[in-house]
Amino acid sequence: MSIFFPLWRVMFAAFMVISLTACTYNNSTGQVGEGVYDPYEETNRNVHEFNRSLDRIIVRPAGVGVTTILPDEVEDSVGNFANNLGQPKVMVNSLLQGDFRGAGVSTVRFLTNSTLGIFGLFDVASDFQVPQHDADFGQTLYVWGVQEGAYIEVPVLGPSTQRDLTGTVVDLFLNPLSHYTDSPEKYYDPAASVTSGLSARGRYTDTIDSILYESADSYAQARLIYLQNRRFELGDNDSEVEIDPFALDTEGF
Amino acid sequence: MLDRRFFIAGLGSTLIVPAMPSFAITQGGASKLVNSLVNDINGVIASGKSETTMYQEFERIFARYSDTSYISAYAMGVDGRRATSAQKRAFSNAFHTYIARKYGKRFQEFIGGRLEVKKVQRVKTWYEVSTIAYLRNESPFEVTFQVSDRAGKNLFFNMFIEGVNLLLTERTEIGALIDRNGGNIDAMISDLRKTR
Repeated sequence: MSIFFPLWRVMFAAFMVISLTACTYNNSTGQVGEGVYDPYEETNRNVHEFNRSLDRIIVRPAGVGVTTILPDEVEDSVGNFANNLGQPKVMVNSLLQGDFRGAGVSTVRFLTNSTLGIFGLFDVASDFQVPQHDADFGQTLYVWGVQEGAYIEVPVLGPSTQRDLTGTVVDLFLNPLSHYTDSPEKYYDPAASVTSGLSARGRYTDTIDSILYESADSYAQARLIYLQNRRFELGDNDSEVEIDPFALDTEGF
Repeated sequence: MLDRRFFIAGLGSTLIVPAMPSFAITQGGASKLVNSLVNDINGVIASGKSETTMYQEFERIFARYSDTSYISAYAMGVDGRRATSAQKRAFSNAFHTYIARKYGKRFQEFIGGRLEVKKVQRVKTWYEVSTIAYLRNESPFEVTFQVSDRAGKNLFFNMFIEGVNLLLTERTEIGALIDRNGGNIDAMISDLRKTR
């Protein structure tokens, strides 16, 4: 009950956001090419510079620190814990997408890991060959046929799109723990998510550094990589750029 | 004028027609290419040689298995049209070294891992070879190679890591380098040489 009542409010809010954002795209300006729609590029670039500074001064050192200080097993457990707390969100989104198998998988994962996996600290479900499954509200919106919208770089959170940002906001409310307003448990999830995010920043230092600090235009790289990877995750082939190897003059190269 | 164009077009088609049967790329050929590419990369990683030696070997592997002239031309994009032959050659050379280092660094994460060919699929005139990368402490992820025989033998001309397209990524990078140098191709090439 406590999960489903706020759900209606959230869904209403989501539809409002979608119908508002829907008005802002589908015009031809802001088309960068290569399947990128970025009408807010100037603002986005400012946010990107802010995010880069934030990364350089706080996130990167903290991430590298977390990876250096915490043993790998502890880092894995924090990741598992955060992941497990996200399972109810995965379950609800799978149901909203009509993916009953996915909903079943995430339910089994949540129940197994919360009990045998000691509050989700261990990923016992994977040991039992229960497949990984992920779903979020941005994906649900994609399944429902909502357009991707403009590319947006969000302060602190980084690359997103109008559709995915809406999804991120809705997913915050889909987390059942966020409704226990007065108990300390509601901080478990954000704390675990932040720690597991930092640990990922530390673990993939080289890759992330190469995008943020070694490329000629880190904004354009991050944008391209985010959009392509997200579309791949969603199975969205429509926006894919097809490259024909025979349709290019390679003379002299 | 019209006649000459027709003449050239006719000449072109006579040259192309006998070449048609050599469209010999097969499913087996495409997956063999990727398998031996993966073996060679794994061999270099397992050799435990110094970083510099490894990069040189990756560069050789890149030259052997990939359609380097296509990848270079694509990365340069429309700016390639105004480049002189000397610039194109210089760019190709600098670009190969840059690619070998950039991706060579990533390959180090492959130590103790493996790539498995899962599916080979024909798309128009080329093949897509889907592989799964199994790395230590990572969830398996998808790496796809696109293989064609455009240059007369089977070579890969593009690669996707979890949907991220190598050609598009590198065209964005080279485009940004050209912009940063106010459109000066020579300056871009010397910048590219400096990239670690």
